Amino acid sequence: MSLWELANPTLFMRLSGRMLPVLWVLAAATLATGLIWGFFGTPEEARQGASVKILFIHVPAAMMAINIYAMMFVTSLVWLIRRHHVSALAARAAAPVGATMTVLALLTGAFWGQPIWGAPWDWDPRLTSFFILFLFYLGYIALWAAIEDPDKAADLTSVLALVGSVFALLSRYAVNFWNQGLHQDATLSLDSRTNIDNAFWVPLLICIAGYFLLFLALLLVRTRTEIRARRLRALMLSGVH
Amino acid sequence: MPELGKYAFAVLSSYAVTLIGIAVLIAITLWRARKVRRDLARAETMMRRRHE
Repeated sequence: MSLWELANPTLFMRLSGRMLPVLWVLAAATLATGLIWGFFGTPEEARQGASVKILFIHVPAAMMAINIYAMMFVTSLVWLIRRHHVSALAARAAAPVGATMTVLALLTGAFWGQPIWGAPWDWDPRLTSFFILFLFYLGYIALWAAIEDPDKAADLTSVLALVGSVFALLSRYAVNFWNQGLHQDATLSLDSRTNIDNAFWVPLLICIAGYFLLFLALLLVRTRTEIRARRLRALMLSGVH
Repeated sequence: MPELGKYAFAVLSSYAVTLIGIAVLIAITLWRARKVRRDLARAETMMRRRHE
């Protein structure tokens, strides 16, 4: 089956309906395992002490905030080029999840920053680009809500998603190339010398997988809802009510 | 409960905010899904009746 066939709403509803129960169970099990392991089963870090436990909720939330925007970039592009409605609705469905992840990353970062940096926030390039990403999420959600015609809303929000992806990209790589400000360098690395210790690395990977599975489950439920809402709108316009 | 020392407030607040945030996100998602599904079923029933 080609990926484009999933753009058929009927097929999408059928397949996603089958996948959802499994996804919910996997997400709950993975997230619970990762968080419990991270909170109860990891040692203190030499410099950051017990505050390192915030790693297991901060890093996955930040990664999801950026990757969800990347997903919105791709689905928006698909809408603009191929006009598949499911694609535009998936981007719309993902935005509130991405905005929530951004807020959680900002808040947990502030809680972490206070004892380690001595300040919850600093307008350094890394943190600021992440905050601007949050504003793009809000703008994207507000634009969808403000425009009555769904196709026109999809067009304009897709363009906004493309523009905002610059900040998603900046947020993603700012920790690597912007060596100023309070935020530390990237936590994860493929180089074993600079990567974090395995005692933290394994539960962190499980938490990241848990966040990803949770996002997938939420995305499917929310996209199904958007498809139904569009059908409902069509029925209402055809004079049912 | 692990010994959190002077970081107890930061760690516990972070976990509390995260768990509450995720719980609210799931609750709103499921609530809206249920509401739209119910409204659509009602609208489809009305349409069917109208065509009969």
